[in-house]
Amino acid sequence: MAGTRKDKQLDRRWIFLLIFMGVAIPLIFTIGFPIETTENVRLVNEMIDKTTKGSKVIMSFDYDPASKPELHPMGMAIMNHCFEKGLRVIVVALWPMGVQMAEEIFSDLTEKYPQVIYGEDYINLGYKAGGIVTIQAMGSNFREVFPKDMNGNEIDDFPILRGVEDFSNIGFIFSLSAGDPGIKQWVQVAHDKYGVPLSGGVTGVSAPAILPYVNEQKQLNGLLAGLKAAAEYEFLIETPGTATSGMDAQSIAHLIIIVFIAIGNITYWTTRKKVKREGEK
Amino acid sequence: MESFFTHLGVWLGALFTFAIFSFLYKDNPFYKIAEQLFVGLSAGYWFVYTIYFILIPNLFDPLSQDLAHNWIKLIPAILGIMMLMRLIPSQEWISRFPIALIIGTTSGVFFMRYLKSDVLNQLTATMINPFTGNHWGEIIGSILLILGTLSGVIYFYFSKKHEGSFGVVAKAGIYFLMVSFGAAFGYTAMARISLLIGRLQFLLGDWLGIIPN
Repeated sequence: MAGTRKDKQLDRRWIFLLIFMGVAIPLIFTIGFPIETTENVRLVNEMIDKTTKGSKVIMSFDYDPASKPELHPMGMAIMNHCFEKGLRVIVVALWPMGVQMAEEIFSDLTEKYPQVIYGEDYINLGYKAGGIVTIQAMGSNFREVFPKDMNGNEIDDFPILRGVEDFSNIGFIFSLSAGDPGIKQWVQVAHDKYGVPLSGGVTGVSAPAILPYVNEQKQLNGLLAGLKAAAEYEFLIETPGTATSGMDAQSIAHLIIIVFIAIGNITYWTTRKKVKREGEK
Repeated sequence: MESFFTHLGVWLGALFTFAIFSFLYKDNPFYKIAEQLFVGLSAGYWFVYTIYFILIPNLFDPLSQDLAHNWIKLIPAILGIMMLMRLIPSQEWISRFPIALIIGTTSGVFFMRYLKSDVLNQLTATMINPFTGNHWGEIIGSILLILGTLSGVIYFYFSKKHEGSFGVVAKAGIYFLMVSFGAAFGYTAMARISLLIGRLQFLLGDWLGIIPN
């Protein structure tokens, strides 16, 4: 007689242990699997490449430490690329902790780009509550929504914000989004109402819901989805970072998951056949 | 001193990470302590953040500094107080008014935005000539996009029995939906592994110093 369902089950803790080892070992002993870029990531890269030097761009940090492993490497790579191309970055945050996330990235990049000056090439305007309503208000009167920067200084004191009254002279907007409010609201207002070129980076979990916006209407100019996309972007700008170093671990973990799915299915089908055969007897 | 607190932070981070991971073996007091501390700290953080970064700069400061130009902010302030009436059982009914206002306003704002972004623009993006692609992969992708959208929509049309040719198209719609669910599952698995990678990069890098930060 075929064993019970419980007999056929592997203690799930073995799977946890295998995944843990599968992730930890490649982090210590790097394998160096090749990274291939995808169309959506190339579109983001092209958008930044084509933006005229000196243009003002908005980076919206709409995430907190819970999504940091996935979105922080993207933020780092995008801001790095912006500074490299001579773009001037205006940071806003629809999530409270987004302010600190942006500051962390900026302080990491100041060593590489000592010529970047706060207030001239970069500014952090801090967090604003309100989500979609805030974005709508920014589109009609930017200065009313953000009268001061995150340190409480009047924005008129900073050259980077001279002439910024709404979205009309913004090169593009890039939202690093972990949920709501985030990239969806930017699409609905910044692109679909004001027509600003828009792109973004999202967590793997939210990617399937956001990917349809990358379409013929160019609601999004490409999309970075999950850690893999961050690694691809690091590859494109030739600046390997934490996403690249995590790719070996990601691949091995996926391989383990695939093997277990295959084993589970094979066991299920063989057990079903056996039970059917015994039932016929 | 700063270095001491940095090290203390890293050690606490590592210990709490292990406390949370210990749940994978079985439920235990270390996990419970870590979980409750996290919930308590988050609630406290949010409370303080709301007061200092939302209420003070957006309400208290404008009202105390220039009431004549900011009196309109009294309206949301009163609505907020009305909302808090939920905490007094006998006056609970007062909170229904601000809730009704929020629901009404949100519906009004979101209706137009969703109609344009998620219905009209998405439909327009599907109305394409599939044969204008640059290479055969793009052409096949465009054809699949059109077929998938149509069959998926037909599957959700329940006013006609799914039989005959209509049933075949609806069945194809199910397959397209299953593929999209599979892709969503794949992305979810990738996201969860990414979080584990982030934690292990912290443990092996910041805490143990085995790998570069």
